Amino acid sequence: MKNIDSTSHVRGESVYLDDIPLVEGTLFACVYDSQIAHGILKSIDTTAAEQCDGVVRVITANDLVGENQIGGIVPDEPLLADGEVHFCGQPIAIVLATSEELARKAAHKITAIIDPLEVVTDPRVAAARESFIVPPKKFILGDTTAAFAECEYVFEGRTEQNGQEHLYIETQGAYALPTENGGIRVYSSTQGPTAVQRAVCRVTGLPMHKVEVDVQRLGGGFGGKEDQANAWAGICAVATQLTKRPVKYALHRMEDMRMTGKRHPYSSDYKIGLDKDLKIVAYEASFYQDAGAACDLSPAVLERTLFHCTNSYYVPNVTATAYCCRTNLPPNTAFRGFGGPQGMFVIECAIAHAAEKLGIAPAEIQRRNLIIDGDQFPYGQVAESDAGTSWTQAEQKYDLARLEQEAEEFNTSSRWLKKGVAAMPVCFGISFTKTPMNQARSLVHVYTDGSVAVSTGAVEMGQGVNTKMAQVAASMFGLDIGRVKVHTTNTLRIANTSPTAASAAADLNGKATQMACESIRTRLFEVAKDLVEAASIEDLSLRDGLVYSRGEKTSLEWQTLVLEAHLQRVNLSEHAHYATPGIHFDWSTAKGHPFAYHVYGTAFVGVTVDCLRGRYEVDYVKCCHDFGTSMNTAVDNGQMEGGIVQGLGWVTMEEVVYDKDGRLRSNALSTYKVPDIYSVPKKIAIAPLETDRENLAIYNSKAVGEPPLMYGLAGYFAIRNAVRSFVLENGGSPEVPFPAFDLPFTPEKVLTALYPEIALAAQSGS
Amino acid sequence: MISFILNNTDIRTELPPGMTVLDLVRYQQNLKGTKIGCREGDCGACTILVGELVADEVKYRSMTSCLMPLANAAGKHIVTIEGINPEDGSLTPVQQAMVDESGTQCGFCTVGFVMALTGACLDGTARSPESAISAVDGNICRCTGYKSIERAATRLSGSSRSCGRVVPEYFSNIAGRLRELYEIDNGIESTRPKTVAAVVGGGTDLYVQRPAEMAETDSRPLLYDEKLRGIREVDGLIEIGGSATVTDLLESPVMQAAFPKLYEHLKLISSTPIRNMATLAGNFVNASPIGDMTVWFLALDGELELAEAGGSVSRTLPLRSLYLGYKQLARTPDELITAVRFKKPAAGFRFNFEKISKRTYLDIATVNTAMSLTVDGATIADAHISAGGVAPVPLYLMKTSAYLRGRKADEETVEEAQTIAQTEISPISDVRGTAEYKRLLLRQLFRAHFVEMFGI
Repeated sequence: MKNIDSTSHVRGESVYLDDIPLVEGTLFACVYDSQIAHGILKSIDTTAAEQCDGVVRVITANDLVGENQIGGIVPDEPLLADGEVHFCGQPIAIVLATSEELARKAAHKITAIIDPLEVVTDPRVAAARESFIVPPKKFILGDTTAAFAECEYVFEGRTEQNGQEHLYIETQGAYALPTENGGIRVYSSTQGPTAVQRAVCRVTGLPMHKVEVDVQRLGGGFGGKEDQANAWAGICAVATQLTKRPVKYALHRMEDMRMTGKRHPYSSDYKIGLDKDLKIVAYEASFYQDAGAACDLSPAVLERTLFHCTNSYYVPNVTATAYCCRTNLPPNTAFRGFGGPQGMFVIECAIAHAAEKLGIAPAEIQRRNLIIDGDQFPYGQVAESDAGTSWTQAEQKYDLARLEQEAEEFNTSSRWLKKGVAAMPVCFGISFTKTPMNQARSLVHVYTDGSVAVSTGAVEMGQGVNTKMAQVAASMFGLDIGRVKVHTTNTLRIANTSPTAASAAADLNGKATQMACESIRTRLFEVAKDLVEAASIEDLSLRDGLVYSRGEKTSLEWQTLVLEAHLQRVNLSEHAHYATPGIHFDWSTAKGHPFAYHVYGTAFVGVTVDCLRGRYEVDYVKCCHDFGTSMNTAVDNGQMEGGIVQGLGWVTMEEVVYDKDGRLRSNALSTYKVPDIYSVPKKIAIAPLETDRENLAIYNSKAVGEPPLMYGLAGYFAIRNAVRSFVLENGGSPEVPFPAFDLPFTPEKVLTALYPEIALAAQSGS
Repeated sequence: MISFILNNTDIRTELPPGMTVLDLVRYQQNLKGTKIGCREGDCGACTILVGELVADEVKYRSMTSCLMPLANAAGKHIVTIEGINPEDGSLTPVQQAMVDESGTQCGFCTVGFVMALTGACLDGTARSPESAISAVDGNICRCTGYKSIERAATRLSGSSRSCGRVVPEYFSNIAGRLRELYEIDNGIESTRPKTVAAVVGGGTDLYVQRPAEMAETDSRPLLYDEKLRGIREVDGLIEIGGSATVTDLLESPVMQAAFPKLYEHLKLISSTPIRNMATLAGNFVNASPIGDMTVWFLALDGELELAEAGGSVSRTLPLRSLYLGYKQLARTPDELITAVRFKKPAAGFRFNFEKISKRTYLDIATVNTAMSLTVDGATIADAHISAGGVAPVPLYLMKTSAYLRGRKADEETVEEAQTIAQTEISPISDVRGTAEYKRLLLRQLFRAHFVEMFGI
C-alpha cells in the first residue's frame, strides 16, 4: 500500500501553505528580528519602514490586543520582544505590506536601539549560575554510591552533543483570514493545530471557539513545527485582528533558520561501573541541556533524556540528573527522538570508554547488558523486552563478528582507507511522557453514496499517517481505500488535539478511527441483519464492498446498505475518543508506567574513513527492527531509511554553528549541510524482528517515526573505530577515551583526530 | 520584451528581466507545482527543465529556477511539472517509478526530483543507475533517506526504452516553435532586454548574494551567448569561452581527452543543475577565495582574454594576476572575460584536483587545490599549484610551484614543498573550518596530489 498522497505529490498537485489560493486583499507579513542576543530594548524606530511603498502597518508589542505571550509549558516567551531581547532572531516588529518583497524590503528599514547584556551560549555556564528554566530533574534506581564501591571497573568522562537544524524543506508559515464576528481562520504549517489555536487565542484575546486552525499537510516537520509554528500563526492572527485583512507569512529559509530553535545541544558527564563479567552495575549521568532563551518544550525533552538514559540496558543502580539551562540561543525544541538520542549517546560513550580502556569491542559490553523481561527501567516500568531478541536476530542475519573481522583485514592492507564497525541497540518508549496528552479523537462520516470521510487530530507531514488512517477505515468497512478520504486536520472538526509527535499519532488517532468505524459498523449491521436475514450481527462482516454473512458473500452491497440505513434514520457518523489505557507516571517519585510499549532494535553500521583527507563514507546500515506487525511496510520502511539517514546526518556533517555573540553562522543551506544522495549509506538492510507479542499499537503495528533515528548514532562510533585504527597503527598512543566524545564528527574533527600532533602544532603556530 | 515558451504556452512578457523564473512560474503564472526551499540553489525543490535549440534539436537541462533570471529564459522552452503531467491524470514513467518505489514522503521536494530525473531521461543521462542517480545530485530530500529515490532512478536507467514517454506529445513541436520564435523576433538577440545594467552569467552567485537587487536590475545575460561558449584547440592551446558552463566542460571531447579524471573531479563541484548554469567567467569574477573552477584553472596557469562589452579591443591577462585582494579584480567594470586559454596537455602532463568540504558533494570547499605537473622521467619539469580557502583570494602557490620545478617526486620533495606551501597561505577561521584545520587540510591535500600522481 503506497502513501495515498504519492500521486498528487509526483504531479506537483499537493497543496502546501504557500500554495493556498490568495484571498483578495491579502497582506504579507515580514518580521524584524533582533540582531543582538541579549539586551535591553530601548527603542524601536519604524518610521522609515512605514513610509515604504506598499506598507500598510507596522506592529510592535504595544499594539497587541491580547497577551504578549506564546510560552506553552512556562509563560516566558513573548510574541514580540518587549523590554528585553533574549536571542538573535527574536521577533521585534511585524511589517505588513501588499507584497512579500515590499514587506521584506521595509523590514530592513526598521532599527532598534538595544543596550547589550552578557550573552551566554554555553549550558555549563548557565548551570554554574543556576540559570535553570525548571528545577533539575532526577531519576534514581538502587544506590549508585554503594554500587560503585563494589565495581571492578569505574570510568568517568564527558560528552558534547551539538544541535540539529530540522531543515523541513517547506519553511514555517501561516495564513490568517478574518471570519465573521471577529473570528479568525488560520492555515498553518504546524504539527500542533491546537497549540496554534491556543497561542492565537492568547495573543488576540479571542476565545477558542472563534479561532479555527486548519492544516492540510506539512512539507516536513520532524518536531520543528510542534511548538514553533505558533509564533508565525500568532503574528498573522494579530495582524489580521488589527487590519481586518487576510495576512500571510511564509518564511524565507534564512529567516526560518535564524529565528527558530533546533535539536537541543547537550553537555554531559558520565560515570559507569562494571563488574568483572562486564555487567554494568552502576551508572551516573548529569545532562546539561541547552534550552535556549525560552522554555518551549525543553522540560519535556529533558524528561525523555532521563527516560532513555540507559537505552536498551538493564542497570540496577542509576542516578541521572538533568538540567534545563537557559542560554541566549533561539529556544530549542522538539526534534525526532525528543531528547532520547541525547540520553542514549551518553551511555554509549560510557560503554565505548570502558571498552577502549579494557581493550575489547564495545559490543562485548553492549550484548551482556541488554534488558530482559521483568527488569525495571530507572523509572519503574517493568520491561517486556525484545532487546536481546533483536540483537540475536541481527547477529544471526548479519554476523557482527564477520563484519568486524572483514574491517580488520581490510585495515591491515590499506594505508589510507580504514574501516570501522559499530553496533547500536535501541529501546524507545512510545507514548507522550505527559500522560494526559495520550488521547485522540476521530470523526468519521459515511455519506449516502458510500464514500467515507475521516478527520482526526493527526497531521500529515510525510510520515504517512493519513494513509494509515485511510487503511483503518477501509479495512473496518471492507472498502477499497479509494472510497476513503482523509481530510485536513481542523480544530472545528477535531478539538483539543495533541500534537502529531512522540511517534504516537498513528496509534492514538488510528485507535480513535477504529472505534468510530466500529460504532458505525455496528449500527449498519443492525440494519443489514434484517436485510440479509442473519441471525445475529456477530455473523456479519464487510469485505470488497459487500456484506458477508457467516463468511459467505451476500448480495447486499455496501452502498445499498448505507442508503437503507440513512432512510431508516440511522446515524452514519461517529466522533470517537481514545485514551491509551494503563499508563501513568508520578513525578513526585519519578516512577510509573509511562509508555504503552517500547520499540526495540539493533543496528550494525560500517564506514570507511579516508585518513588522508579526513572524509568518510557509510558503507552499510544493517538492522533488525521491531515493527510489531507492520500495517504498511512501504511507509514504515520509508520511516526507517529516512530516520537512519537523519540520525547519521546529525552525528556527521550537520553542524549548527553559533558565534560567541549568539549569532547563527550556519544560517543557510550553503553553510548547514544535511545528507545528499551521495552521503547516504551505500546499503541499508532492514529485517523485521520476528515476534508474536501483542502490543497496544494500532493493528499491532508499532510506532516507527522516531526510533530509527537513533541507529544513526552507530555511525559516530564506527567512524571513531576507524580513526582509532589509523592512529594506533601509526604509532599513536593517545590517552583513552580518544578522540573526545564530541558530536557531530565533522570532517574537521576527524582529520584533527587523525593527526593530533600536527593539529596541535598548527594551533600553537597560528 | 522577453519571449519564450512556458510548457505549452508562448509567453511574451514585459516583466523585469532580473525577476527569477521561480517567481514568474509560481506567482505570475500560478504554477504552484514548483516549490521554494532555499532560494539559493542548494535544495533543488524549484528545479525546472530548460530546453535550448541546439542544431535543430531541443536540448533539455535541469536548472534551479530560483537563481535563473527571466532574461536567461529568452528563446528557451521552460518546463515545469505542469508541462510534464499527462492531461488524463495518469503518471509519466518517472512519476510512476517515484510512486512505486515510495520515493516521496512529505512531497515538498518531490517535484524537483521528478524534473531532474525527467531531464536525465530526455538527454540520455539515465543510461546507468549511477548516472541516473547523478541527475538528482542537486536535490535535497529530508524525509526519505534517498534509498527509495535511488531505487526509482535505477529503475529508470538501463535501456533508453525504460524511460518510455517521459514528456507529453507537444514536446515534439517545440523545436519548430522555438525556431519560429527565433525567426519572428529576427534573431534571438531581440528577444532579450535592450538595456544593460548588470552582466549575468548563470546567476548562480549573484542571485545568492543579492537576490532583491538583482530582481530589479536590467541584466544582460551571457549564459547563452554562443560566441562566448565554444571549447576548442588553437595553436597548441585549449581555449574556452567565458560563458561556457561547467557542464560544457564536462561534455567537451577536448576536455575529456585532456583530463582523464574530468568527471570524477568536476563531480565535486556544486550539482548538476548548478553546473548547467554556472559559467567560467562568472566563477572567475566572483573572486571567491574558494572558487572551484578558479582554483582549477590557476593550476593550469590559465590566461584570460578580456574585452569591453560591445567593443572589439581585447587584452590578455594571466588568471593569477586577476586577483588583487579580497573580491578586488584587475579589470575595469566594463570588461568581460571572453575566454580562458591554457597550454594543451602534452606528454608527461599530470593533473589532480582535490576538494574537501563538510559534505563531499554539493558543498562549498573548505579548502580546494589543484596541481598540474609536467614530468620528464623522474623529474618534475614544470609545476603549477593552486589553493583555495587559505587566503583572501584564490591562490597561485608561486614559491611552492617554483620549488618543485627540477625536483624529483620523492618523499623529501613532498615534505619540503608542504612546508613551503604553509608559508604562502594565511587562512582564517570561519563557518567552514578553523584556520588550523585549513592549514592541516592543505598539507594533507598536497600529499593527496602526490598520492594520486605518484602513489607516494
